[in-house]
Amino acid sequence: MNPPRSASGASPPGGQRQWPGKAGSTAFAGWRRILRGLVPWGALLPMALTVLVAYLGATLWSLRVSMSSARTFPSDDFVGLAQYERLFDNERWQLSLQNLALYGVLFIVATVVIGFLLAVFIDQKVKGEGALRTVFLYPYAMSFVATGLVWQWVLNPGSGLQQAVRQMGWPDFTFDWIIDQDKVIYTVVIASVWQASGLVMALMLAGLRGIDDELWKAARIDGIPTWRVYLSIVLPMMGPTLATVFVLLFTGVVKVFDAVVAMTQGGPGTASDVPAKFIMDHLFGRANLALASAGAIVLLLTVLALVAPILYARSRGRSA
Amino acid sequence: MKPRHVGRIGVYTFLAFAALFFLAPLYIMVVTSLKSMDEIRLGQLFALPQHFNLDAWRTAWSEACTGVDCGGVRVGFWNSVAIVVPSTVLPIGIGALNGYALSFWKPRGADALFAVLMLGAFIPVQVMIYPLVKVVAAIGLFSSLPGIVLVHIVFSMPVMTLLFRNYYAAVPAELFKAARIDGGGFWRIFVQLMLPMSTPMLIVAAIMQITGVWNDYVLGLVFAGRDNLPMTVQLNNVINTTTGERLYNVNMAATILTSMVPLAVYFVSGRWFVRGIAAGAVKG
Repeated sequence: MNPPRSASGASPPGGQRQWPGKAGSTAFAGWRRILRGLVPWGALLPMALTVLVAYLGATLWSLRVSMSSARTFPSDDFVGLAQYERLFDNERWQLSLQNLALYGVLFIVATVVIGFLLAVFIDQKVKGEGALRTVFLYPYAMSFVATGLVWQWVLNPGSGLQQAVRQMGWPDFTFDWIIDQDKVIYTVVIASVWQASGLVMALMLAGLRGIDDELWKAARIDGIPTWRVYLSIVLPMMGPTLATVFVLLFTGVVKVFDAVVAMTQGGPGTASDVPAKFIMDHLFGRANLALASAGAIVLLLTVLALVAPILYARSRGRSA
Repeated sequence: MKPRHVGRIGVYTFLAFAALFFLAPLYIMVVTSLKSMDEIRLGQLFALPQHFNLDAWRTAWSEACTGVDCGGVRVGFWNSVAIVVPSTVLPIGIGALNGYALSFWKPRGADALFAVLMLGAFIPVQVMIYPLVKVVAAIGLFSSLPGIVLVHIVFSMPVMTLLFRNYYAAVPAELFKAARIDGGGFWRIFVQLMLPMSTPMLIVAAIMQITGVWNDYVLGLVFAGRDNLPMTVQLNNVINTTTGERLYNVNMAATILTSMVPLAVYFVSGRWFVRGIAAGAVKG
């Protein structure tokens, strides 16, 4: 269908040329403009649906369910915050929160420290930089499931590291954290640090490379030792990179599920349970929809409480 | 000169030990997968296999059992391929389209929508998973290939949109205006001008989606259904639900097989992979 020509006749036949300024000079062309204006919105329809249904809708739905007494099926009653009270009385939930906090702090601190050290050492103009970067980052390409399974094998006392060291001549060597209720969560930390340190290294290295050479020259002239420059000058300059790293790692912490399932299945017992696993079990295994939804909302609030200040600071920093 | 030498030795020693720590699990996986069970029972984790044999790999690929099904991880491999291809093409297409519309056409209210989408990136999967099960079931796609693809589209949309929005934000507005004056419409400018210009971002996005979707576990577990279980889910089933003696060599071979695709993408793509991390990290 040929679009109508504009009154001025400026458009060649077929409407190949549309002069925006003159397109609205007839009523017909006005309609066309409105329709054209709808095209971008039409293209954004999948995004609009995703935001409204999947993100906003689903979150509000979970919020609503968390205030009902739903078990296997959603229910319409309203019980206020009763599910949240039950949740925080639940010992398994308490344990999973403690595990998450312990895991989160240790994982983030260890990953950032190791990642930063790796980046700094690689930054010393070493030979084989490309190979080293590849070696440090490859675990990040592996799935949490595969990572968990490998470390389950390495840390298995019967056949893994403990047994190997004993065979090498230390018969009393013991490293059985993975079957120890009090220490099992540390094994998940080890596996996760192994997986994610390379990511921090890559981001930090990019940050280090962005630092002006003049700074290094000035520091050398002043005779400041290299380690001092890194710690007192470079690190504070990398604030934005650190914020990015923190947000990335933190969202990973809250999501931790696959690695635990693959490595320990939450065990021994429920010793390495995490909130994400608690929620999944109560959604699909134990049919306690409302309690699981309450847990999910608590998780969401935790994320918002920790990430929102960073995002806010950033948006202010950007506009300033 | 002497202290500097000491410093260099220190740097290389640290890096060498770090490299050993990062490589050890890969080494252990490979040697274990090549050993027989008799050899594994000796408990020499680091020893090289005495007899090189690929039996465990064969078993893992086509015979390993999950419960009563004994088809190996092969089935999961093809399921994952079937999931990854549309879950890479469609999210990238939609992400590029979103980024293009947001950057150049700026329809009223779209920025608010985009802001909510960005916040959505921080919502834990567990908050959305059950409502999404209900929605996907209501449109008849639960436990199906289109269902899991749809869910991947939803969860990848924030990052994909952000990648392309930022990429197009760096394209000079004059270029777009010139194309408009030459009579280009919404779709024509997108398909003939913007998409061909986006090759680097398309590569980065493809790397992110292929590795991300391949490595997904929880979405595949919930949404894919028995007939479409991705390789990660099947791997976990093979290893964690077996009864009787655990065949560690088979398990390790299956783990390597499952990691093969994302590792291959990583080794081939090199710096592009890092670029993807950096670009995706902007979401923070």
